[in-house]
Amino acid sequence: MYYAANLLVPMATGDEFQAPGISEFLGLPALFFEGTPFEINRIILVRILAVAVMLLLFWLALRKPSRVPGRGQSIAELVLGFVQVQIADQILGKEMGRRYLPLLAGMFFGILAMNVTGVIPALNISGTALIGMPLLLGLVAYVVFIYAGIKQLGAAKFFKNSLFPAGVPWPIYILLAPIEFINIFIVRPISLALRLLLNMMVGHLLLVLCFGATSFFIFTAGGWLGLFGIGTLAFGFIFTFVEFAVFILQAYIFTLLTAVYVQQAVAEEH
Amino acid sequence: MPELVLAAEAETNPFLPAIYDITWSAVVFLVVMVFFVRFAIPRFRQILDDRAEAIEGNIAKADDAQRKAEAALEQYTTQLAEARAEAGRIRDAARVDGQTIVNELKEQAVIAAARVTATAKAQIVAERQAAVISLRSEVGTLAIDLASGVIGESLTNDEKASGIVDRFLADLEASEKVVR
Repeated sequence: MYYAANLLVPMATGDEFQAPGISEFLGLPALFFEGTPFEINRIILVRILAVAVMLLLFWLALRKPSRVPGRGQSIAELVLGFVQVQIADQILGKEMGRRYLPLLAGMFFGILAMNVTGVIPALNISGTALIGMPLLLGLVAYVVFIYAGIKQLGAAKFFKNSLFPAGVPWPIYILLAPIEFINIFIVRPISLALRLLLNMMVGHLLLVLCFGATSFFIFTAGGWLGLFGIGTLAFGFIFTFVEFAVFILQAYIFTLLTAVYVQQAVAEEH
Repeated sequence: MPELVLAAEAETNPFLPAIYDITWSAVVFLVVMVFFVRFAIPRFRQILDDRAEAIEGNIAKADDAQRKAEAALEQYTTQLAEARAEAGRIRDAARVDGQTIVNELKEQAVIAAARVTATAKAQIVAERQAAVISLRSEVGTLAIDLASGVIGESLTNDEKASGIVDRFLADLEASEKVVR
């Protein structure tokens, strides 16, 4: 019953205040296909819904392209233009940017859509707040930049460029090569995944904490303690806006870093 | 049974993905990628290309129109200059023609006037001649009648009479010449 309530109102109930914890994300009850690889719980459902809505909006906006764009088409052009200009072309240059634009745009809007559900009432959790999605995206970025480097330079030159950056006296390589290896081939995908995951988890916990505390102070504790509720509600309100900014920022950072990694992989020299 | 272990650990470790989590992440990611690769980005580029093409087309069209207008203006100017020159030529020719016509008419008028004058003079001379002749005979008769009356006798002798008359007329002419 706790989880059923949690579906709509993500906060603790009961006489004592329960701080939100890992149970917000893990051990959620299955809603469909329980026990199969296609099990769907609350976060998965939110994830599917977010992406479906995002794709629907893009489809509606670009369904009937017009030379003089309507409102929807203008917005779609604006946001796609942002990814094209600010990420793809800026980091990778026109030619390379053109090749990687679909991937980067898909990443950016996919992450953004799944992040934004964190502040949408009745959803109240980011689709990226479960490790699978950030991990998969990190692996995609990893595979893509290694593929791009090998395709552009050939495997030998790519690994040589990556592990033995030019302009360093050779004894330094004894130290530098392992560090570069760990950095590029191990840390990069994990850091991408964890940065996104933890931002979304912490953001959600913050909001739950604020609104859960508000609920506790006003309805459970009551009396003078209710005044604290006003403060926690205000914090929740402010953090909602902060979270919204974080959602956009994290989508941007993830996509930007993917582009940067590809750019570094295909560069002749570092 | 590594799957079971993974599934069990995924319940408590937020950094270990459950199987269904990976499945749905992959499904969602693939759908998004297919959508952006197949639909959104091509459509986006198509819109931009189409617009760029339209703008370039319009610029070309405007250039073409400009060129045509300039050509038309040049043609018009040339035609205007030609027309002006032609008008000038026509005016000059007309002036020359007019002068010629006037001169001809003047000449004709002079000739006509001269002819009229000559005719008039001849007529005057003839009439004068006729008048002199008729006057001479009439004056002769009158003078004889007068003389007959004055003398009271009929001058039957024609020889005498005509002699008197001729003498009289000669005197008359002589006096006339003196008067002149």
